[in-house]
Amino acid sequence: MFYREAGQFKTTYEADQGIFPIIQDRWFIAIMLVISLVVIPYFANEYWFQAVIIPLYIYAIAAIGLNILTGYAGQLSLGTGAFMAIGAYATYKLCTAFPDLNILIVFVMSGLFSAGVGIIFGIPSLRIKGFYLAVATLAAQFFILWLFNKVGWFYNDNPSGTITAPPREVLGIMITGPNALAITRYYVVLSFLVVFALAAKNIVRGRIGRSWMAIRDMDIAAEIIGIEPLKTKLMAFAISSFYCGVAGALYIFCWLGSAETEAFDINLSFLILFMIIIGGLGSIMGSIMGAAFITLLPIFLTNFPPMIGIHIASDLAKHLEEIIFGVLIVFFLIVEPHGLARLWQIVKEKLRQWPFPY
Amino acid sequence: MEFLESIFILPFLDIADSPIFFLEVVISGVLAGVMYSLVALGFVLIFKASGVFNFAQGAMVLFAALTLVGLMEQGVPIFFAILITMAVMVLLAILIEKMMLRHLVNQEGIILFMATIGLNFILEGVGQIAWGSDVKKLDVGLPDKTFEYGGMLLNTLDLSAALIAAIMVTVLALFFQYTGTGRALRAVADDHQAAMSVGIPLKSIWIIVWSVAGFVALVAGILWGTKAGVQFSLVLIALKALPVLILGGFTSIPGAIIGGLIIGVGEKVVEVYWGPAFGGAIEGWFAYMLALAFLMFRPQGLFGEKIIERV
Repeated sequence: MFYREAGQFKTTYEADQGIFPIIQDRWFIAIMLVISLVVIPYFANEYWFQAVIIPLYIYAIAAIGLNILTGYAGQLSLGTGAFMAIGAYATYKLCTAFPDLNILIVFVMSGLFSAGVGIIFGIPSLRIKGFYLAVATLAAQFFILWLFNKVGWFYNDNPSGTITAPPREVLGIMITGPNALAITRYYVVLSFLVVFALAAKNIVRGRIGRSWMAIRDMDIAAEIIGIEPLKTKLMAFAISSFYCGVAGALYIFCWLGSAETEAFDINLSFLILFMIIIGGLGSIMGSIMGAAFITLLPIFLTNFPPMIGIHIASDLAKHLEEIIFGVLIVFFLIVEPHGLARLWQIVKEKLRQWPFPY
Repeated sequence: MEFLESIFILPFLDIADSPIFFLEVVISGVLAGVMYSLVALGFVLIFKASGVFNFAQGAMVLFAALTLVGLMEQGVPIFFAILITMAVMVLLAILIEKMMLRHLVNQEGIILFMATIGLNFILEGVGQIAWGSDVKKLDVGLPDKTFEYGGMLLNTLDLSAALIAAIMVTVLALFFQYTGTGRALRAVADDHQAAMSVGIPLKSIWIIVWSVAGFVALVAGILWGTKAGVQFSLVLIALKALPVLILGGFTSIPGAIIGGLIIGVGEKVVEVYWGPAFGGAIEGWFAYMLALAFLMFRPQGLFGEKIIERV
């Protein structure tokens, strides 16, 4: 009843190819934007920003990045954490070497560094695929973190071995560093997420995205119809690593404040992988939903049982969380391999006929 | 210049200087390699029979070892504890087949792989909730003494571990080669449909193969656990087994053994002799880089089958 495209006529090709062709979708996006721009900042406090919303948005950016590589181009990667680390360390080096450079530009530049390294570790994907490629990306994961740990130049020979977000302002507003307000960091992360999500949405429905999907579905057939595997796969690695790199930069500079390489270990890679499995492989909206799900689940698990009067020891809760993650992953792969995104689509299909199905 | 020297000259001088120490390093590498081989063996068994790349093998090792230690802490005699643990692993295999694999038939390899990542988490969680997450000492009565032979320091525990591993590999090889079940397993590995059409029950074959992998996990868990205590880091050997498989080939049992030995020895030798040039701790990524280099030139591994694709 409410979600129905009947009566919406397109008179131009532009309108027909619009990113959200149905008016209800446009309304939905607009409402989401209003909620995230006005409602959340109005109601959320410091704890909610720091513990829930900012990490959620950052994970969502990284999940979009991994989804481009794994969901759209079909190249399994277990090295997300390392690519995020490159973004973070590149940002740190750049903004300590050039203190006057606008920090937002530095974020984007460090994404480019990450893209470069992503291309290097993507080269094996031209010969190998599947599990073999997963091992190649694992090599990236372990080697890059070791490098950042061992070579003092990367953390400016800081005796503690950590990188710390220096205070930087844009237009007179403090964005990073200990004095940056949670709400400003929230807006920075939000604007990155919105821009990046829209860009990704446009990339994947264009020529590049379609060639990724062709490679994913059958690489040899794709090659025969004229898609260059070399260019396409490396492009997927580059763009995916760019997203992950920027997410990694935000991870340190807008959320944690300071970190060691341990923040980027293999568990982070797995976490992002779970987000895209649960959210839906090959879906931008799904990446965001998966990030939300995985960020909110532990918070729900810690807060819900005490609410109904059950008290669980913290280490037991941690293991329970592991089990629930595992069960959910298996469950989603069996019941709905396309994840939350697919469920959302089913709901939309149902809504078209509701309340008068045939 | 100094850096090049420390890579190309000094290590060899060191080796020539004290060959006995080099031999010790190699032997410790062989022993570590045996452990990698054991875990890789579990991977290969399951991959051959069901095409599932079982990421949870490391968690199965942890789970088996935790169950065994937990039972022994309850005062169960060691022999029965091992039997009960074995039964638990068989039960686990049945559960995995019923709850997971049966529903994922005909899915792509990558989906199955990700499902085993989920399984990995379930096993880790269940094992640690049931038996606690402290480091535990496992003592199954293997002798643990250090002695000297020809100027080398050796450990009886390490030697018996190598011996047990060797026996197990032989038994598995014989089982695969000469028993009816083994033949059925090989048939399933070759061609699912052809195997089914001559009347091999695919489902029970899967249960058998997961049970055998559980048994291998138990042995690996006992050996690692006796050596280093039963702890969470056992899961991480699963990640080390990946480069072993790349080297040996995903479908070859001898490949898993030899790949494990190469990685084990290579890792130790490189760490001891070349480590200082890079600032140490290169053990963590050496295996992966070696595998990566290998992938460039021989993607099917040392003994794997060459995959030829046609449209």
